[in-house]
Formats: sequence, structure tokens, C-alpha cells
Amino acid sequence: MTDAALGRVPREFRRSYLGEGSTLLSWLTTTDHKRIAILYAITITVFFFIGGAAIGIVRLELMTPQADVVSADTYNRLFTMHGVIMVWFFLVPSIPTTFGNFLLPLMIGAPDMAFPRLNLLSWYVALLAGVIAIVAIVTGVGDTGWTFYTPLSTEYATGHVAWTALAIFVMGFSSIATGINFIATTHMLRAPGMTWFRLPLFVWAMYAVSIVMVLATPVLAITLLLVMVERVLGLPIFESTLGGDPLLFQHLFWFYSHPAVYIMILPAMGVASEVIPCFARRRVFGYAFMVYAMIAIAGIGFMVWGHHMFVSGQSNFANLVFSFLSFVVAVPSAIKVFNWTATLYRGQITFEAAMLYALGFVGLFALGGVTGLMLACVPIDIHVTDTYFVVAHFHYIMVGGTVSAFFAGLHYWWPKITGRLYPESWARFAAILMFFGFNFTFFPQFILGYLGMPRRYQVYPPEFQAYHVMSSMGASVLAAAYLLPLGYLMWSLFWGRKAGDNPWGATGLEWQTSSPPPKRNFLATPRVMAGPYEYHPAEESPEAAGAPMSREPHRSQGGGA
Amino acid sequence: MSDAALREPWEDLHRQREAARLGMWVFLATEVLFFGGLFLGYSAMRVAHPAAFAEAARETRFWFGSANLALLMTSSATMTVAVRGARAGFAGMARWCLLMTALIGIGFIAVKGVEYHLDLDDGLWPGPGFALGMAPGQIFWGFYWVMTGIHAVHLTIGIVLVLRLALLSWRGLIGLRDNPQMPVVGLYWHFVDIVWMCLYPLLYLVGRT
Repeated sequence: MTDAALGRVPREFRRSYLGEGSTLLSWLTTTDHKRIAILYAITITVFFFIGGAAIGIVRLELMTPQADVVSADTYNRLFTMHGVIMVWFFLVPSIPTTFGNFLLPLMIGAPDMAFPRLNLLSWYVALLAGVIAIVAIVTGVGDTGWTFYTPLSTEYATGHVAWTALAIFVMGFSSIATGINFIATTHMLRAPGMTWFRLPLFVWAMYAVSIVMVLATPVLAITLLLVMVERVLGLPIFESTLGGDPLLFQHLFWFYSHPAVYIMILPAMGVASEVIPCFARRRVFGYAFMVYAMIAIAGIGFMVWGHHMFVSGQSNFANLVFSFLSFVVAVPSAIKVFNWTATLYRGQITFEAAMLYALGFVGLFALGGVTGLMLACVPIDIHVTDTYFVVAHFHYIMVGGTVSAFFAGLHYWWPKITGRLYPESWARFAAILMFFGFNFTFFPQFILGYLGMPRRYQVYPPEFQAYHVMSSMGASVLAAAYLLPLGYLMWSLFWGRKAGDNPWGATGLEWQTSSPPPKRNFLATPRVMAGPYEYHPAEESPEAAGAPMSREPHRSQGGGA
Repeated sequence: MSDAALREPWEDLHRQREAARLGMWVFLATEVLFFGGLFLGYSAMRVAHPAAFAEAARETRFWFGSANLALLMTSSATMTVAVRGARAGFAGMARWCLLMTALIGIGFIAVKGVEYHLDLDDGLWPGPGFALGMAPGQIFWGFYWVMTGIHAVHLTIGIVLVLRLALLSWRGLIGLRDNPQMPVVGLYWHFVDIVWMCLYPLLYLVGRT
């Protein structure tokens, strides 16, 4: 955008979204998707550290084979709290409600979400859910684990199971509202020329995840409602003494909770697909296949829930089918890993912090995915069911995968969101520390699980102690790595260098507006002439199009030229 | 008046209406899955205990359920007339039809309330004093209360939405013709109606074949 064009736009339209009012009220009543993203970011950060604190105590307890820090009851509550908070109050909303909210309209060239007031409402609903969750935690959270299995949850558990379930039930409405908003926005508000196959992969990821949110969350809602009804009103639904079926609960629960894994990982895939091409200066490899893979994951993800129930007594035929489908869903995931890797091939890679996080994501996600295939084999699964092997597997996906990608996105878009650059060396240090801290924490758990250490146990045989101590020490490294960004990112808000509109020389509409963007995102509706990730050939690169020459222009590929 | 309905970030009302309808359709997909969980649970339990379900279902009040079916079908007709009428410019007729739709909805809730009262008098709330005594029959009645209860909550929300539109329009605060809320509320109302059409055979006809 030229200065001459800017000169005609009134000043109040050019002011950044952060300057639109600084009172608390102006934030709490905003319908600007960018401000709502910030509100969400603050909220989920609080929950991340609550959930982290809970597991910190658990890891401390597990340093010794005996029970010595907390009582058995408290132990059960702590891991329940960790699971519930991390899954529903951090991982599920993490990337969609923050980066999704902030970037989706920017990336498609829209002034805001399709339903801005619904967007704000979704945050208040999330806040209400959070308050209920905190009340439940303070007064004694349920001790059922995050899975709420019946009849434990309906009859035997002692904590406030119904309140915990209610918090998740309410949170579901927030997810659904976000999903509806994303779908309608993507359909109805794309800028002229922004065809479906010119959408950045992050937008596709948000679209795919919205479909899963909208179709899976209501099933969890009804399932938890039935648990609450049975526990509070005494209406028998799953009650086995009357002929009810606890397995029915498991089917309903996993019908949501397996797709929920894809709610957590699809956005992470979207982030990696933005960051990796930018720092490799390469067009993403196989764009169309990346899109189809995400849609396939969203679709097939609905048909694999039975692999959580291999030892529940369901028929061998069902086991076989679910096992097969679980292998099938790995194919599109593998396509994505291969494509990210192929994107790097002959790229001019630089290792900014965002790229380090994204590369860490690819590696850890691959390891989590491959162990997932091991678990999809019925015989191996029977051996390691409910052991630390499973715990390690899903933490590789959710923490190694999603949280790494969250930090990749945070560093990549931090200049756009705040207008400031973060301190690069500190950020690289934190990224590397996080990678090692993570592996230090969770790799021993693979071994622990394979040797037979069951999950959710406070007291264990002494021969497992070495692994548990390793894991706990890794967890403290990981905690330090999570606290570091909190520090230097806050620092950069005040003392960071001004970022400029496009510090990474990235393509994508979000980089064509100012940093931080004005309230209505673009001073004039952008027109899109080409697909995403135009990092080469040189004449199509952002540098050639007039972006500042902050980086080496791309050299032609091959032939030593 | 039509401009009053136009909201950020939309530039024209037609597109805003389209987006609102799309949003509502997606929400209804959510609702289908929400009730789908209930229907799945009901079906699984009925397959497991067919005789007990048939026997327990004979205790539901056929005429109350049927009357309510008739009421809701009628209300869907008045709702359609309201939406189409508003679009065609018959604001007065649209308003009256909205009001009628809400009143019929309230009528449904009233009938349901009387029915609940009689059910409770007959000891049909599952638990220690359950009238039928049969074990799996309690599960049928568990589903009865949950399903009809959730449906009643949905209908109550619908009544509030319809009444709100009627009152705002009467006070001249909104126009109905181009208002995106009209087709959206209409879709929601029909959906609640359709849910009852599915609940009716499951709860009232199962024991009577």
C-alpha cells in the first residue's frame, strides 16, 4: 500500500486496534475479533498455569514410590484437575480462539468475524465456564479423571463431579459459537479473489477444526448432561443394576473425545504450515494435498473412537474395524509430515525462534503419531492400555505437538499482534529448552509404560523410580521453559523493537496491513491475485513486490546456480 | 428501517441474511448431534430391553402427546406464514402470526406441565418409589424425562425469541421484512417442532403397536 493511498484515509481509520480505547470497559465490551483474541489469550494463559501447577504437585509426589506429599484423594483430584483444565480450558480453545480469532479475518481480507457479538458472547461463556471450574476446584473437584467414566462418576466419586461436568458443558457452547463463527466467516467474508484454493492453510485448518467442533462438541454436551442428570436427579441412564450400560457412556464420550484430539492438533498443523514455508523461503509442498489431508483427518477422525475401548469388551470385529480405521487416519497425518519436510528441501532455512518451535513440532508430532500407530495395533494396545505409554503418546501429540505449535505461532505473529519484536536469542533459548525439557519429561514415560507402570497411580514399585525421577526433573525444565516466554514477551511489549508491517518477509494478507492492524484490519478491501506462499520464483517473492529487503532474496533451485 | 438491521461487518443486508441463515443451519447441525446422542442412547437401550420398553411406554399419556404434536405442527404453519408474510411485506399479518406461534408454544408447555404433574402423581419418576417396579422400564422413564425436558427448554427459548421479535416489531423498533432474524428464528422453531415429531413415536407410540 503506497503512502499516497494512505494519505486519503482519515486518521481514526489508521489508528491501531490497541489504540481504540484503553479502559477496561472498552476491552470487556469490544466486538473486535483482535481484542477478543487477546481476552482469550489472557484467559487460557491463566488456565494453562493452573493446570500446570496441578501436575507440578503430581510430579513432585511421584519422585518417590511412597505417598508422601498429598493424600490419595487429593492425588486423584490433582490429575483430574490437570486433565480437565488442560484439555477443555487450554488445548481445545488454545489456537482457535487466540490466533484463529485474530488471524482468520485478516488472512481472508475481512474486516471482522461474521458474527462479532456472538464472538464476544463466546468469550463470556468461556469465562462463566472458567468460573464454574474454579469454584469446583476450590470446593473439591471431581476425582474421576478427565474421562468421567460411569459408574464411577455417577455413583462412587466423592468430589463435585456434577460441577466439573457443568463447567465443561458450558465451555462447549463457547466452542460451538466459535466454530459457527469461523465457518460462516470463511464462507461469507473472503475478499475478492480469495478463492477456496488460495486460502492459507491456517484458514483451512480453522475451517476443518470448526467442523469438528460443531459436530463433536454437542455429543459431549449431551453425554455430560446425562451424567449430571443421573448423579443429581437420580434418573437412571447408565445405571447397570437397572439394565443400563456403562459402555454406552464410553461410546458417547469417545465419539467426542477422539475428534477432540483433532480439535487440538489441526490448528497446530495450520500454524506449522504457515511458519515452515516462511522460514524456508519455499512454497508449501503439495498445497492441495495439505488441504485434502486436513479435511480427511477431520472426517475420518469421527470414525476411530472405538480404539479407546479395545479392552472394554467390545466385539473383536469392532476392534478390527476401529484398528483399521485408526491406521487409515494416520495416512493424511503422514502426508502432512512428509509435505512439511519436503517444503524444507532446498529451502533457505533460517532458524528464528518460531521456526525452531515449528521444526520441534514436526518431530514430536511424528513421534507421537508413530506411537499412536503402535497403540492402534490391538495386541500392543492390550499390553499397554492405561499405562504411561498412552500418557506419553498423547502428551507427544498435545504438548509436543499443539503446545509447540502454539509457541511457534505466538512468536511468528507476536510482531503483528503487538507491533513489537521479541528478543530473538532469549526466544531461541526458550525454544530449545522446551524441546529438551519436553523429551526429558515424556520419553521416560514411554519406557515406564512399556514396562507396565499404570497411569493414575500415586504409589508404585521402587524399580520404576529412576524413570519417574527423570520425568519429574524434565518437568521442572519444561516449567522453566514455559515461564521464560511469559517474561521476555512481557518485556518486549514495553522495550521491544518496533516490528514494522512484515518483519519476516512473509506472504499472506495479514502481513500487508500495519502492525498492529487498524480496527477494520485493512484500509481498503484487499484484492487477491494469487495463491498463498508465493516465496519463489524470485520475481513473485514479497521482496520483488516491494516488501523491505530484510532477507536474502530466493536463489533459483538446483544446478548449483 | 431496513438499515437498522444491518450490522458490522456487513456491507449489504442480503449477504448478512445469507450469513445468518448459514450460521443457523450450522447450529442446527450441532443440535442434530446433540439430540442424536439421546436418540442413540435410547435406541441402544431399547434394543437391549425391547419388552420392558414397550411395557413402560404404555404408561405415557397418548392423548397429551398427540395433542402437543398437533399444536406444534400448527405453530410451524403459523411460523411459516409469519416468515413468508414478512418477506412479502405483510407486516401486520407477520406480527399476528408470530404472536400466535408463541401462544401455541405456550399452550404446548401448559399441556406438558399438566402431563408432568399427572406423571409425577402416578409415581413415574424413576427411583425407589417407581410405580412400575420393572428395572429396565426405569431407564425408559429416565429417557422420557430427559428428552422431553430438553425439548421443553428448547421450546421455551423459541417462545422467547418469537415473542421478542413480535414485541420489538410492534413497538416499531425493528422491521421484519429484511430482518435476518426472521428466517433464523423460523428455522429454529421448525427444528424444535421436528424434534418433537421424532420424540412422539419413540415415547408415545412404542408401547402401542
